[in-house]
Amino acid sequence: MMFKSLKNTIQSLEKNEISIKELSQEYIKNIKEKSTLNIFIHFDEQKILNQVEILEKDKSKKKLKGIPLAIKDLFCTKDMPTTAASKILENFKPSYESFVTQKLLDCGAIFVGKTNLDEFAMGSATDTSYFGNTINPLSKDGEPLAPGGSSGGSAAAVAANLCLGATGTDTGGSIRQPASFCGVVGIKPTYGLCSRWGIAAFASSLDQAGVFTNNTEDASILLESIAGFDERDSTSANIEIPNYFKNLNHDVVGKTIGIPKEYTIDGTPEEISRIWEEAIKVLEKNGAKIKNISLPHTKYALPTYYIIAPAEASSNLARYDGVKYGYRSSEIDSLDEMYENTRGQGFGKEVKRRILIGTYVLSAGYYDAYYLKAQKVRKLIANDFNEAFKECDLIVTPTAPSSAFPLNQEQDDPIKMYLNDVFTVPASLAGLPGISIPFGKDKNNLPLGIQILGKHFDEQQVFNTALSLEKSYE
Amino acid sequence: MKINKNTINKIARLSRIKLDDQESEDYIKDLNLILDWVDQLNEVNTDKVEPLSNISSSILPKRDDVSKDINSSEEILENAPDKLEGFFAVPKVVE
Amino acid sequence: MNNLIKGKKYDWEMVIGIEVHAQVKSNSKLFSSSSTKFGSPPNSQVSLVDAAMPGMLPVINKYCVEQAVKSGVGLNAKINNYSVFDRKNYFYADLPQGYQISQYKFPIVGEGKVTIDFKDGSSKDIRIVRLHLEQDAGKSLHDQNPSKTYVDLNRSGVALMEIVSEPDIRSPDEAGMYIAKIRSILMYLNTCDGNMQEGSLRADVNISVRKPNEDYGTRCEIKNLNSIKFIKQAINYEAKRQIEILESGGSIEQNTMLFNTSTGKTRPMRNKEEAHDYRYFPDPDLLPLEISNQDIEKIKSTIPELPDKLKNKFINIYNLSNYDASILTADKQTSDYFNETIKSDPELKKSSKIVVNWITSELFSLLNKNDLELISSPVSPKNLGQLVKLISTNEISGKIAKDVLEEMFSSKKSAREIVDYKGLKQVTDQGEIEKVIDEVITDNPKMVQEYLGGKDKLLGFFVGQVMKKTKGKANPKILNDILIRKLS
Ligand SMILES: [Mg+2]
Ligand SMILES: [Zn+2]
Repeated sequence: MMFKSLKNTIQSLEKNEISIKELSQEYIKNIKEKSTLNIFIHFDEQKILNQVEILEKDKSKKKLKGIPLAIKDLFCTKDMPTTAASKILENFKPSYESFVTQKLLDCGAIFVGKTNLDEFAMGSATDTSYFGNTINPLSKDGEPLAPGGSSGGSAAAVAANLCLGATGTDTGGSIRQPASFCGVVGIKPTYGLCSRWGIAAFASSLDQAGVFTNNTEDASILLESIAGFDERDSTSANIEIPNYFKNLNHDVVGKTIGIPKEYTIDGTPEEISRIWEEAIKVLEKNGAKIKNISLPHTKYALPTYYIIAPAEASSNLARYDGVKYGYRSSEIDSLDEMYENTRGQGFGKEVKRRILIGTYVLSAGYYDAYYLKAQKVRKLIANDFNEAFKECDLIVTPTAPSSAFPLNQEQDDPIKMYLNDVFTVPASLAGLPGISIPFGKDKNNLPLGIQILGKHFDEQQVFNTALSLEKSYE
Repeated sequence: MKINKNTINKIARLSRIKLDDQESEDYIKDLNLILDWVDQLNEVNTDKVEPLSNISSSILPKRDDVSKDINSSEEILENAPDKLEGFFAVPKVVE
Repeated sequence: MNNLIKGKKYDWEMVIGIEVHAQVKSNSKLFSSSSTKFGSPPNSQVSLVDAAMPGMLPVINKYCVEQAVKSGVGLNAKINNYSVFDRKNYFYADLPQGYQISQYKFPIVGEGKVTIDFKDGSSKDIRIVRLHLEQDAGKSLHDQNPSKTYVDLNRSGVALMEIVSEPDIRSPDEAGMYIAKIRSILMYLNTCDGNMQEGSLRADVNISVRKPNEDYGTRCEIKNLNSIKFIKQAINYEAKRQIEILESGGSIEQNTMLFNTSTGKTRPMRNKEEAHDYRYFPDPDLLPLEISNQDIEKIKSTIPELPDKLKNKFINIYNLSNYDASILTADKQTSDYFNETIKSDPELKKSSKIVVNWITSELFSLLNKNDLELISSPVSPKNLGQLVKLISTNEISGKIAKDVLEEMFSSKKSAREIVDYKGLKQVTDQGEIEKVIDEVITDNPKMVQEYLGGKDKLLGFFVGQVMKKTKGKANPKILNDILIRKLS
């Protein structure tokens, strides 16, 4: 495929080596060819062509003019329906554009469609969607693989070359883990770097928008396009956004890379440990200092997360009640019946499970034992990182404990699925920036990912370190 | 067992989610598994630890008291499953 | 004060605590920029945030925070440097988010007190537990359609101050005075418009009864009362209901009650919620609210003189009773009116008591009759001052002054103009009055005989006759003196 680099494509467009229309047609063709992967919830060829027409007439200079991007269907968009992959939002048409997608539109990007995800971003395989599974484009014949989740559709869209970049959201690993599964770059920036305004909320204290691309350079271009202060989000960071792309530098000489001993977990496949060691060697070779560090509360991150995220979700999802928008059941003899049937029928199994657990841990008599306890452990986990970052500049770990697993694995133990997030959740709890880049393959030739974590708002060094690894890997 | 038939009914009711019998049983099982698993947090001593609600270290931003009515009632009601005479409509409530 | 009420068997005491919901006076809502204007078409002042559209987030209104701080200062309360917004989770048709953003563990204002004043000159402190900021819900209309409830979200998200009292109130009158006092303070501060009809100030009343000195009984909460009259009625009804149950051997079920304004009765809410479990937790969309002492001082410096301070000032400067001064300062309109009246002429300071009487009885009753607010009184403070001066200098009698005030009210003329034009000036000339008295004595020889024979009551008859002849203008004191002298 000819256009795999967003950066190069911008240049080709500027030099008129290719027109916006030609580019779009190429991607429309790809999308149609790969429709069986079920990557898009919403795809409308005519709307893409309309955007092309407007942009071709537009003579102003725009950073991402004509660049085809895919949008996770958790971002509210004015011109395309928004579902959060849930029946309860089927046919919901927002009258507003999310902060992040508006920034991309302002840069002249073209949205090729809305990508599939786990319902309300709750899942790790893009298999809880009301609109069916997304299939990992790297699947071999006969065995469809999961793209990871929850932003599986966006990761798959980039991997299958259906766009040059995509937006995702990451609450406990929902960008990094699917990036790893699909062999693409995915970054979750610092909590607060990108406004949450217009993104259907899952867990407000953890949700963070980010991007998928084919390489680190592209990720730096795309992230700086969506970052920025938004006065409509009280948790949005009011900071100057650096020019990540311009400042990009693969030099890691003198940087200290922390290797947390707690990320060596029993049962992790040997090849994951192997690529981790390899990545450490590469960085050392490139001039970084390697330091063994300890994040003592790592073990408690997952249970902490699975209290806090469902608790916030149980409240965030209370607004889906059949009154203002979305699905309403037809069995509605009373207000309560309307609520119970609408929500009983409108939400899928995993979402209901999390609402129930979240309701329980907040309810009278259990709040202190669960929710408050989890908030305190969260503090300890955040402190672990604060301490660690006194000794190192970055932390390098595997992204996920496995490569892409087969789809439709009947999972009767929800905790097994939750363990997918074991390496990504701690940084989410601490609000730290984290990138996953493809690094090495497993025995089935499936991609594996390395995760690089940085200090708050130190995305630049995260990108630089990723580039250093990426260059050596190529 | 932390969750039994009664507790699941209670929290389903608080959540306004109707569960059929099969679902109730499944969720009793799942929730007990999950709650037993998260119990490992009790190993952690949190006696003098402040709870963390939001990672942001900045201070709460405040807006000026300026009123703008940007959204028309049509816009607000646009996606409503049932609307009448400019109102959202729901099944009759007897207080 | 003895507030005991008699049951059939025992004496009972009411124990009352009140939660006031006062709408913050502001242009826009607590967490969104929609207007707070009252009485607009349904759903016309609703933002995406108020309608809880997916992905919408709250941003706090700075002015509402300042208003809460001001109100806290007015309630003599502690302002907390650190407070937290929590979500109170429950489902209702007019609660779009499925939760109300409120303050639970850490309110913006802590303990305070307000003082209520009784007629007998005594007063009582009612302790305030807290004041917190929260969002109002929308409005459900149940009687617009036979099968549906309508929801209007115009009010959804409007800032409220919930002011919670200790159960220090012991009677319906005290409850009324407490509400009036809170209302007065907030109106002085301009933090709430106090309009109870429009729902800007509403009360939830918690009430139980007990035998004197026994422990608190089980309480019931009467929701959403929007006038002082209804608050008193509801308390009276509810207390009697509870006493009847207790005296016949029953027990009180803790309940949420509704008050029917047309029957004057309370009844338990039909839609009985299972035991409330609001699952409060800190709103992760908002950070803690921090206010520095410097900010608090800055806000304090903008606060006007409050009723209690003004009351003491009136007592000291004008030598008024505690009760008179508390009536004058009950609302800002009245205290401003009094101030302007008494300052319109330096002589009036001596006649402060007369000024108070003419404002609070005569002028108020005329305003009442004409359904007018003091602010739109046709009689200006300056004109009322002039009238009082005419009375205190004996230029006109009190009786005539009442007619003059009525004339002033309808014609908007000054007291002096009316008195001059109609020739109402009091006759104080001794000779003139003596002349009329002589005429009356000459015309009624029989009556004079009877009076001298011991029928003292006839003195009134002679006074009446003289007044009739002078068209009420004779100075009563001079008239009396001369008459008694002549008839002795
Ligand atoms: Mg209340
Ligand atoms: Zn309240």
